[in-house]
Amino acid sequence: MANTEVSFVRTETLPPMAPPIGEQGIVKWLRENLFATPANGALTLVALYVIYVILSGSMPWIFNGVWNTSSLTECREVLDGTRGACFSVLTERWHQLIYGFKYPPDAYWRPNLTFVLMLVAIAPVLFFDLPRKMLIFTAIFPFLAYWLIWGGTIMTPIIALLGVVAGGFVYTRFVASNFAIGFFGAILAALVVWIIGGFMTPDTANENAMLQAVPSRDMGGYMLNLMLGVVCVSLSIPLGIALALGRQSDMPLIKWICVVFIEFVRGVPLITLLFVASVMLAYMFPPGTTTDLFLRVVIMITMFSAAYIAEVIRGGLAALPKGQYEAADSLGLDYPQAMRLIILPQALKISIPGIVNVAVGLFKDTTLVSVISMFDILGMIRGPILGGAAEWNGVYWELFLFACIIFFVVCYGISQYSQWLERRLATDHR
Amino acid sequence: MKKSVILGALTVAGLSAGAAAAGTLDDVKARGKLNCGVTTGLVGFAAPDANGEWKGFDVTMCRAVAAAVLGDATAVEFVPTTGKTRFTALASGEIDMLARNTTWTFSRDVDLKFEFVGVNYYDGQGFMVPKELGVSSAKDLDGATVCIQTGTTTELNLADFFRSNNISYEPVPIETNAEAQQQYLAGACDVYTTDASGLAATRATFENPGDHTVLPEIVSKEPLGPLVRHGDNEWGDIVRWTLNALVTAEELGVTSANMAEMKASTNNPEIARLLGTEGTLGEMLGLDADWAARALAVEGNYAEVFEKNIGEATPIGLARGLNAQWTDGGLLYSPPFR
Repeated sequence: MANTEVSFVRTETLPPMAPPIGEQGIVKWLRENLFATPANGALTLVALYVIYVILSGSMPWIFNGVWNTSSLTECREVLDGTRGACFSVLTERWHQLIYGFKYPPDAYWRPNLTFVLMLVAIAPVLFFDLPRKMLIFTAIFPFLAYWLIWGGTIMTPIIALLGVVAGGFVYTRFVASNFAIGFFGAILAALVVWIIGGFMTPDTANENAMLQAVPSRDMGGYMLNLMLGVVCVSLSIPLGIALALGRQSDMPLIKWICVVFIEFVRGVPLITLLFVASVMLAYMFPPGTTTDLFLRVVIMITMFSAAYIAEVIRGGLAALPKGQYEAADSLGLDYPQAMRLIILPQALKISIPGIVNVAVGLFKDTTLVSVISMFDILGMIRGPILGGAAEWNGVYWELFLFACIIFFVVCYGISQYSQWLERRLATDHR
Repeated sequence: MKKSVILGALTVAGLSAGAAAAGTLDDVKARGKLNCGVTTGLVGFAAPDANGEWKGFDVTMCRAVAAAVLGDATAVEFVPTTGKTRFTALASGEIDMLARNTTWTFSRDVDLKFEFVGVNYYDGQGFMVPKELGVSSAKDLDGATVCIQTGTTTELNLADFFRSNNISYEPVPIETNAEAQQQYLAGACDVYTTDASGLAATRATFENPGDHTVLPEIVSKEPLGPLVRHGDNEWGDIVRWTLNALVTAEELGVTSANMAEMKASTNNPEIARLLGTEGTLGEMLGLDADWAARALAVEGNYAEVFEKNIGEATPIGLARGLNAQWTDGGLLYSPPFR
């Protein structure tokens, strides 16, 4: 035995070697993600080519854009045969795209202020970590917003607010003994305040009001889309909850009213309802009484989205295990308590994606009002700017791109919020 | 059965609406504003400008009536209507008159119960094609795809024309002129057809107008004019004679520039009657003596309105053509002011 030769045993570990060049850094990432298989690689190349084609077509067009001419002809002169966008239409007509063409320009600060205040008012509703006292402002906001946007006498929103306060007071006073007395008493009290207030306000109040009165007909542009979207979504969620609960009710009359309403509205296209609002209602009302077109459209869109939201929430209600209902009963809770404390919080949580889906769809559907000759942003583009202005006839891409972008910003924001909300409310352990 | 009940209810509602609106003149005076239906936007005829002010050929008609009745050319509430909503807006009383390049046809006049008070623009339907198509007559358009606005008389004329010439076409329905323009330029259709005035206006805005040609055939008569509801003849008379006043003023040489002078020193009895210095024409209409003078003061006589909004000096560049005075070989012929 040759003991002298001790078989070699390494006493220290080798220093780690750098991974092979193909297994590290960007090469690895590329290989794993983009070129994993030949087919994958081919798809990657095709996709890159498509992206290149799109960007090489659109980027020069955008960066070569002209921003400060006063007509399309001038634009073409400036471009002098080269390809480029004519964004001048946006700089010249941006106020029409945002506010419509009849909102008085010296009052543009009013919608702007309302928009900022809306963000403040909506914050405590969306983010419930914020102090609850902010909800007081949220409650006042609708009246304030009405006054700011429509202007006119401040008496109208104040009387409306007083009526609601009176109704709320009567409701809290009587609801403990009897729900029906509280509910109908509240409606009655509010009506009494409104009617008395209506008599007390002089007819000429609008003429020397602090803010110049702006009729609904003069609203337009993206402002109109936002107004319709915000008003209709916030009205249709409570209405949708009521309809969903009504549909599950044991009382046949209520149940059937809700079922018929939901099924009827869901069976009719929104555009039909809008045509009814703009055209047919004028025949049905007695001559001389004209309800504001904005109000008619709000009612129709709200009805429409309430029916959809009701079905979404019904899905949420149906998804709850029966045990939850029985648990509420066994605790001795009555119906409103059971709903408020146990059923609805869970059902609404399940329904959030669906409700957001309806809300986003509804917001985009507000552009349909352009077909009943209301000048929302699309109506402005299709009517006065493209159809009517000799200097801008033919500027399509720029205008519709602009509309796309501002709709995308809002809709993407809404969907991001809903994802945050779902994560925030996730209490199960999936 | 149910349907007839609903229709019956609608008829009753419609009748009562008509009955209540019997005194449109009084309504307008009480309101202090004229509700005038216009298009949502058509170059030269009616559109709000960058400042939100309505301008155009049809708009001036509304302003002239407002000036005649209310003494204020700005006392007009312009109600934008689409091809589909215009007639209901008028029938339901939402607007007092409609000045929206609307073609005067038998069924609109008789069946829809409207009163066309006259013609303020004689138009006709034409075809526009790209030059490279190599078409020189509309009869060569067999098998062509045609962009056509829905809900208009042009749609029906198109069908008539192709059927009577025994050739086929494929319609591409579109909603507005702006859309049609884009579809046509993008090559979605070979031919764009609408009123010749519209074609000229559209072609003028193209990047290369020379690449497109308007075919010589005019396939229809499109007398465009303002209209009011049936059953209120006093109101109809006011609108009719306001239009006639503009036309007559051109014929008599009364312009916005020389009106004041003419009023003071004219020897022509018809001018004197028109401007209210002689006779009681205004009184017969239920207005004061200066009504026509005020209507003329808005933008002048017919020729001035035409030149200012759609004439050869404007981007639309329409020639007078059929819309010249009868003395110049056109069709404009106002009954006398007597």
